[in-house]
Amino acid sequence: MSRAFALLRRRLLGSIPVLLLVVVGTFLMLEAAPGDAVDAYLATSGGGDAALIAALREAWGLDRSLLARLAAYLWSLAHLDLGWSVTFSRPVLEIILERLPTTLLLMGSATALSFGLGAALGIVAGARPGSAADRLLSAGSLALYAVPGFWLGLVLLVLFSVELRWLPSGGIESIASGLSGFARAADVARHLVLPVTALGLIYMALYLRVMRAGMAEAWRMEFALAARARGIPRRRIVLRHIARNALLPLVTMLGLQSAQMLGGSVVIETVFSVPGLGRLAGEAVSSRDTPLLIGIILMSAVLVIVVNLAVDWLYGLLDPRVLAPGPA
Amino acid sequence: MKRQIISRRGVLLASGALVASGALLRIARAQAPRAGGRLTVAADSEPRNLNPAIVASNGVFFVASKVVEPLAEASFDGPDGLAPRLATAWKGSEDGLSVTFALRQGVKWHDGKPFTAADVAFSALKVWKPLQNLGRVVFKDLEAVDTPDDHTAIFRFARPTPFQLIRNALPALTSVVPEHVFGSGDIAENPANNKPVGTGPFRFAEHRPGEFYRLEKNPDYWEKGQPYLDEIVYRVMPDRSAAAGALEAGEIELAAFSMVPLADLARLAKVPGLKVVPEGYEALTYQLVVEINHRRKELADRKVRQAIAHAIDKDFVVKTIFLGYATPATGPVPKSSKEFYTADVPATAFDVDKANQLLDEAGYPRGGDGTRFRLKLLPAPYFNETRQFGDYLKQALAKIGIDAELVNNDAAAHQKAVYTDHAFDLAVGPPVFRGDPAISTTILVESGIPDGVPFSNQGGYANPELDALIAKAAGTLDPAARVELYRQFQRLVAEDLPLINVVDWGFITVASDKVMNVADNPRWAVSNWADTWLAT
Repeated sequence: MSRAFALLRRRLLGSIPVLLLVVVGTFLMLEAAPGDAVDAYLATSGGGDAALIAALREAWGLDRSLLARLAAYLWSLAHLDLGWSVTFSRPVLEIILERLPTTLLLMGSATALSFGLGAALGIVAGARPGSAADRLLSAGSLALYAVPGFWLGLVLLVLFSVELRWLPSGGIESIASGLSGFARAADVARHLVLPVTALGLIYMALYLRVMRAGMAEAWRMEFALAARARGIPRRRIVLRHIARNALLPLVTMLGLQSAQMLGGSVVIETVFSVPGLGRLAGEAVSSRDTPLLIGIILMSAVLVIVVNLAVDWLYGLLDPRVLAPGPA
Repeated sequence: MKRQIISRRGVLLASGALVASGALLRIARAQAPRAGGRLTVAADSEPRNLNPAIVASNGVFFVASKVVEPLAEASFDGPDGLAPRLATAWKGSEDGLSVTFALRQGVKWHDGKPFTAADVAFSALKVWKPLQNLGRVVFKDLEAVDTPDDHTAIFRFARPTPFQLIRNALPALTSVVPEHVFGSGDIAENPANNKPVGTGPFRFAEHRPGEFYRLEKNPDYWEKGQPYLDEIVYRVMPDRSAAAGALEAGEIELAAFSMVPLADLARLAKVPGLKVVPEGYEALTYQLVVEINHRRKELADRKVRQAIAHAIDKDFVVKTIFLGYATPATGPVPKSSKEFYTADVPATAFDVDKANQLLDEAGYPRGGDGTRFRLKLLPAPYFNETRQFGDYLKQALAKIGIDAELVNNDAAAHQKAVYTDHAFDLAVGPPVFRGDPAISTTILVESGIPDGVPFSNQGGYANPELDALIAKAAGTLDPAARVELYRQFQRLVAEDLPLINVVDWGFITVASDKVMNVADNPRWAVSNWADTWLAT
């Protein structure tokens, strides 16, 4: 356990330069976008006169120079203060923490779905590379991967909430339902089915293809030949020998995909009106809310680092050679 | 006021087999209002500041108008087009230096404190005049508000201010907020800006960011027996197609402000139990306008502007982009403003040959590739329709040899490019006509406005004759004379074309047949919904 902590600390410290680059880069990028937070606000509030606009810029600290603002922001960041969101008029951390559980739930479930289903179907496809099942799954997964996220989301929505009325069309739970405990959890789960399916299915294709490719390669290895020569039942070879070896790149993908999925969730959260971080990031960009956007990006970066730590740990379980002490 | 509702109901009534169910619906309509129930509506945004006294915009009113009330609301049949709210009577003095409001008695704030004239005086002097986006213009000469007793407020102006203007400003500009809540500290940062306290039929109950707003019935509302609804829930739905889906699935009962894309209306109108209502926006007319940068040499020439106006087929725009839910515009005041509108203005009919001829005369012959000159066209991103019109305009301009480069920006970038940096040649904008030309219409063409002021003349147009006319109208007290000046204003704008008014449009509400009293006033979506009820 202490080893895991040491690893975590080393990773976090090691990522400080990268995070700093991300922070400054995001700051400058949003700065380079035309218009500031006051422009974005004016566009939605029906106008105002010049004095009012100047007063707003001053109150929101936008009248200061770029360097002064960047320095002030970095200074507060150094004190672990994520700053103040002018569009929400609230502390950034508070806003992010409010939306984080929803996003974790959505992305966690979608990752579990895409990884689990992708791996399982990948095993089916990779059990006999070139078989009819393999061709069908490979083609099907490619088609799914090619589908834009919002479109898949809308199709699911039209089918399952508008036509069949089985599932709610959006939101994260019934509004002011007064439910608690298990009933509330069931309610949230019902609301999550469609967004999780939409998000999960798109990324499933990647896992499926990586799994299948890994297995196809493993079949060509000598140990596979040896196992077959020893007369081990095919089912056992597939699961114990071939699939297990093919699982390693899949776990690598898991680490990479966790970052990708945050991007995909912007679209899915919008289509299904899910109040998560992805949608918040979109709002932060369009309202030119730099501290909020950087806050979300930092939070995502921490998430990705944690997921990748978990992936490393999983590696050790799957392949003991990884954790073996050696020349680092 | 004749109301036509295109809905499944009409189809039902027409089909013989279903006459019975149609009759049932009609009976439901004639029934006495039923109290109770939750109305769930779609909301597409969450305003940063929900205080309508500070931000007089429709996005804010949509939620806040149920909580915080103005002195008077727009009305189809009331005198001067108004219905009393917190004021029961109003009268302007002959000299234009004062307006006296008789205030409603027995009204309580949602926290139980009594509503008095002091609240009106506070709102007017400390909020509308110094802080409100529109009030800063209309109430600029407001000097004092006398409160001889708790139920009388006398507005005193430093310079004669037309009573007609104040009257027309009542629905949108006079939301009254409580002095005991806002009286201390920085008003702009008061927490009540996002948890409004008012006198309205509904109390603000909760806001879950990204999810919903919930308002609950105010049992102590001054209009006895109202409101009928127990609750209004605004579900935040950023995706428009999803809003249409939620309506069809019966998860929401109402989507206002054309949240359902126009292209989906024909389909939704056929869904049993849903009605498409184009009324209820008569006092919220949006104008599709081509903004022109007069700093550009070619565009400073009136002939070129006329040519551009001649190149636009307004009927086509109404039919194709607005699917019929719009009216071709004749000038800067929309037809829906019965008080000020005049059709007697120089017309610029769709005529491509005329347009080409005008450009030849202006000295811009077609070059070898058929192009006379190039320009940058920036459609505002706020509505589908403004973007689509941008696409149309590019093609229309191509027919007269003007090569327009479309530049699509997001809201903040558009705001800066057009209104601060003036980095445009033509822009497509959606200004709002708010009941009186002096509120937000004359600034579209008036000169001398500082850079950065949105929805104003940032095209560098300066016409001393027009400026004088605007100034004169602003100080004219006699309503008939003032109206006549604004008719001249319309003629002058239509003639000189500082901007090109293309069409005027209202929005569309899609609602469940169960929602009753929809669109019963000309600002319905942003009114208080006290008489809205749900049939079973």
